[in-house]
Amino acid sequence: MTKVLKRIYLGLILIFLYMPIAVLIVQSFNAGKSRAKWEGVSLHWYIDLFNNTAIMNALWVTLSVALLATIVSTVIGTLAAIGIHSMRKRPQAMMMTLTNLPNTMPDIVTGISLMLLFIFTQVDRGYVTMLLAHITFDTPYVILSVLPKLKQMNKHTYEAALDLGATPRYALLHVLIPECKQGIVTGALLAFTLSLDDFTVSYFTTSPLVQNLSTLIYSATKLGITPIYYALSALMFVVLLLLLLAVNRRTQEN
Amino acid sequence: MQFNSSMPWWSYLLMGAGLLAFIALVAQSIWRHRGVHRSLFASPYTLWMIVFTVLPVVLIAYYAFTDSAGGFTLDNFRAFWDSNHLMREQLRSAAGDEVAATVVRGSVNIDTLVYSLWMAFLCTAICLLLGYPAALFMADRQMKLGATIVVLFIIPMWMNFLLRTIAWMSLLEDTGLINQLLEAMGLGKRQLLYNQGAVLLGMIYNFLPFMVFPIYTSLSKLDPRLSEAAADLGCNSWRTLYKVIMPLSIPGVISGITMVFMPSVTTFFIPRVLGGGHTQMFGDLIEAKFLTEGNWNVGSALSLVMMLLILISLSILRKADPNGEGGGIA
Repeated sequence: MTKVLKRIYLGLILIFLYMPIAVLIVQSFNAGKSRAKWEGVSLHWYIDLFNNTAIMNALWVTLSVALLATIVSTVIGTLAAIGIHSMRKRPQAMMMTLTNLPNTMPDIVTGISLMLLFIFTQVDRGYVTMLLAHITFDTPYVILSVLPKLKQMNKHTYEAALDLGATPRYALLHVLIPECKQGIVTGALLAFTLSLDDFTVSYFTTSPLVQNLSTLIYSATKLGITPIYYALSALMFVVLLLLLLAVNRRTQEN
Repeated sequence: MQFNSSMPWWSYLLMGAGLLAFIALVAQSIWRHRGVHRSLFASPYTLWMIVFTVLPVVLIAYYAFTDSAGGFTLDNFRAFWDSNHLMREQLRSAAGDEVAATVVRGSVNIDTLVYSLWMAFLCTAICLLLGYPAALFMADRQMKLGATIVVLFIIPMWMNFLLRTIAWMSLLEDTGLINQLLEAMGLGKRQLLYNQGAVLLGMIYNFLPFMVFPIYTSLSKLDPRLSEAAADLGCNSWRTLYKVIMPLSIPGVISGITMVFMPSVTTFFIPRVLGGGHTQMFGDLIEAKFLTEGNWNVGSALSLVMMLLILISLSILRKADPNGEGGGIA
């Protein structure tokens, strides 16, 4: 009996989480423009979506910024994690404070402070500044995912490699990096999703000429949302779902 | 924006000196270790953080403590306490003390801050009330839910945060699904959108997973033998929950509270879309100071106040969880 009640409770929470998404997906197939009336099934919002250059450009900006920011922050962050791990106590504590600082800063302050920096140094805001901002908020998350793996590692493994004649560079590439591979992948995935989902920081660090999806949707809310955006959400949802299922299947096979 | 945005001469000097000091430190380390020690791997990151995190915060502090001409002042914080401060000063120089004295204290900023804190508190409390049982049932081994349920909670978070919020807009509007249902049931339409309730709903919807995950993580790490032992020693299931499970999940709860409270205080998109701009929160206020009014000095002061408030609440929460066991989502 209690088991059934527990299931019902979880079911209700999941309905709460999925209801808006389900409504969006259904509305994206509505032939009419009105949200109130159902005028038959149609795919014309999807056709409009692919013909809409503003949205397609924004999609490209979002994906390319997320990808580049992930690559750069994963490299800088992994190197930094190895560096921080081999530091003595005092500098290590200082670096950890520096790494935790962005997490305690609200997004809006991060965005505004970067905006001030770019205006102050007279750098025109646009694609590059948005990318720099994304790398900035991604990197600490990479470090926080890689460091625990380094701490868990048996430190004698690295020394054993050196004793057996490995150069420090060889030991780094063939012992240290493979040991924390899982942490690096987690950090990269986290960085990518954070970058995809970001609105606040992008809003303050880009110009109206270079829009990512979030800032474009934001300006669309002022003009009134058309069902094109429902089609966009539905597509994104399905793509993410497939991606997640693919990743899940791969991890199960291994 | 004609607010002084050109650098004072000494800022170039400071930046140059900082860069030289950094290079000197790196060189010293190379010389001491006769080669690149591994701790130097962190130097690109250190330089990056100094330029893109420390320097911007210093800039905010600089603007918060200066006036539009660049001189030191505390007026920006006075303007936080009294939003009519600037107007009164202008009247004082134009029409004298007597006229200026008739201007009462403007409480817009303080009121917005209090309102934001109240909304964030409500959101956090409701997320905890809804999320704790959910996390408890998810971690329940007898339910045999495994990893699938966790994935089900994550998927909606992968959708763009703005699209999720807009989805609620179409549910709540006058001709939306909920109102159509209400009408069909003969209850009549209700104004659901553009009020405080809609904003709160949007916040809960967006932040609930951040409450569930940390609690779920700390509950699923619990040794099942602990509750079995409690049962053997004569505790009924309520008592086990209250005396054993709940105290041990405190780190997760604290981590969840932090992860919900922080973004709720500073949220500035949800109030605008679901509240229709009728209800302003502290994030909106800061944004307006910078982008609409172009008053960087007062905007920076407000940002500093917000950062300070968050640091204080974080340190209070850390006291309750000194080992930081709560962890994050992972």
